[in-house]
Amino acid sequence: MSLVEATGLAKSYRVGSVEVPAIKGVDFAIEAGSFVSFVGPSGSGKSTLLNMIGCLDHPSSGTLKVLGTDIASLDRRGAARFRGEHIGFVFQDFNLIPVLTAYENIEYPLIMVQGWAPDKRRQRVLQLLDAVGMADQAGKRPDQLSGGQKQRIAVARALATNAQLVLADEPTANLDHETAYRIIDLMKKMRDGFGTSFVFSTHDPKIMAEAEVTFVLEDGRIREQAGEVAHA
Amino acid sequence: MLNVIKIAGRNLARYHRRTLLTSILIVIGMVGVLLFIAVTGSFKTMMIGQFTDSVLGHLEVHRKGYVASIDNLPLNLNMGAGAAARVREALDGTSEVATWSPRLKLGAMFSNFTETTSIRLNGIDPAKEAATLPLLAGRIVEGATGGPLVDRGQILIPQLLARGMKVKVGDTVVLVATNRDGSVNGKTFVVKGVLESITGPGGRDGYVHYDDARELLRLPEAEVSEFAVRLKNPDQLARVNGLLKERLGSNRGPQGAPLLEVHTWADLSPFANLARMIDLMTVFIKVVLVAIVLISVMNVMVMAVYERIREIGTIAAIGTPPRRILALFLAEGLLLGVAGTIVGTLLSLAAIYALNLMHLTFSFGQQQDLLLAPVIGSGDVAAIAAVVIVVSVLASLQPAWKASRMDPIVALRHV
Repeated sequence: MSLVEATGLAKSYRVGSVEVPAIKGVDFAIEAGSFVSFVGPSGSGKSTLLNMIGCLDHPSSGTLKVLGTDIASLDRRGAARFRGEHIGFVFQDFNLIPVLTAYENIEYPLIMVQGWAPDKRRQRVLQLLDAVGMADQAGKRPDQLSGGQKQRIAVARALATNAQLVLADEPTANLDHETAYRIIDLMKKMRDGFGTSFVFSTHDPKIMAEAEVTFVLEDGRIREQAGEVAHA
Repeated sequence: MLNVIKIAGRNLARYHRRTLLTSILIVIGMVGVLLFIAVTGSFKTMMIGQFTDSVLGHLEVHRKGYVASIDNLPLNLNMGAGAAARVREALDGTSEVATWSPRLKLGAMFSNFTETTSIRLNGIDPAKEAATLPLLAGRIVEGATGGPLVDRGQILIPQLLARGMKVKVGDTVVLVATNRDGSVNGKTFVVKGVLESITGPGGRDGYVHYDDARELLRLPEAEVSEFAVRLKNPDQLARVNGLLKERLGSNRGPQGAPLLEVHTWADLSPFANLARMIDLMTVFIKVVLVAIVLISVMNVMVMAVYERIREIGTIAAIGTPPRRILALFLAEGLLLGVAGTIVGTLLSLAAIYALNLMHLTFSFGQQQDLLLAPVIGSGDVAAIAAVVIVVSVLASLQPAWKASRMDPIVALRHV
């Protein structure tokens, strides 16, 4: 069974009285442990696809199964629970909670989403801080960190709950080239270290080249798939 | 939950100016209400104490119809010896009654041998009257205050009368009273003391010994106009009132109508209306406090949700359950309420303490230099604190609900 499996997946939005298609019946599969990118110009449907894979949005038609669960069957609470248990998120703008330190940002989902015990929590956060090379910045608040450092913390937060899938929507868009590569490299290392699948979107061809599997989106359709689909 | 409160606290600290302003509003409201309750409560308690402990007692028992005609002090509506004995029996049989005092009330002409005026008098048993009205002796502003209130042949006169008639302690005066049969009787008295006049019924009455009053009225039997009753616990007033009404209700006249009636001090004193007005104002002030807390907390929470839409989208996206998001914002409202309550209570207690140190005095009617001694009960503080905290949480409910229902995609796209 694939980690993510889409069949005839379509999504359209209603703008006033007009139905605007964003995804026009796509089929794809993402295997566990893979490092996947969705690329394409603005408006090609990358974010819409990632939102649906992340159970933030429902398909208009077709089926989308994530870890064997048809996401159309999840209500608001069920979707929140599913995300909390299985999916991590990395955002373009980092989206760290400004009042919390780097340590507390990573700890946040363990407290608020999964309710881990303090000792176990501490062990996990320290492990992740070390893994993303931020152990010495644990006490700093987001406004005291650089963009790259913030994104490292965001990656660690996404991995905190042992998510099987991390979705990153344009994770390097707000970073300089060198830092962007480091973040992609970090994500790869995390995939290797924790066995978590990473799916990210980008419009940067150089970053795209770092992915093992690339889906090229154009006008709501997958125009091309590059790379081998790794089977776990 | 502790972690939710910790994060809520930091969120409040993030917008420290707004938080401070809202907290100050809550504090001002708390201080205003607690000071108002303390000051008016002290005024009310003191004034009620003046009436109950120096004039009326907590309750009074009369023959039916006496109170309606009390301005005339009707001798024909006194209780006979038999009825008075039944009242004594009922009062002695009521465990909540501490003491009682029988009075024979009469109107008389008061003469200093040069001028004559009218006076309202109470014929009293000095020991029982002193026990029932412990503050009565304190109203004696001239003359000896030790010993019995009055002995046979002595009279306590109100201050206004003493001034008007230029009568001093030790002077001899004549009282002339019309008896029930229309005849007139006179008797000389020595002024034992001058009583401070107080506002309200009975506040300008004179006092003579019960036996002198009976002799002046030439009453063949020991009639009683009223019984003043003191309770062990004034808070039981309503219950004891009902109890005595029930016990004395069996005393009925020839037509089966009740022979006796029981009144509380509030039934007899117009100050009760003022006390009710104070209570009404207190309710109004509390409503204003609720409005202040509601509007200020709701305003700050609406702003908090609006400014943190992307943050809400983030925590919702990473799987925070809606109830946790709700709890996070409710906790912010709760903390605002708790912080305002703690500071407001401490400032209020300090202000009340300071007012007591200042020994402020005020006048009420004829009474001068009444000491304002504001006190606040722990029950009042707890009730106001609970109201503020509950209203703070309620005010946060709508913004918190909105945050918890937010669509993560829409929230994440918010600029």
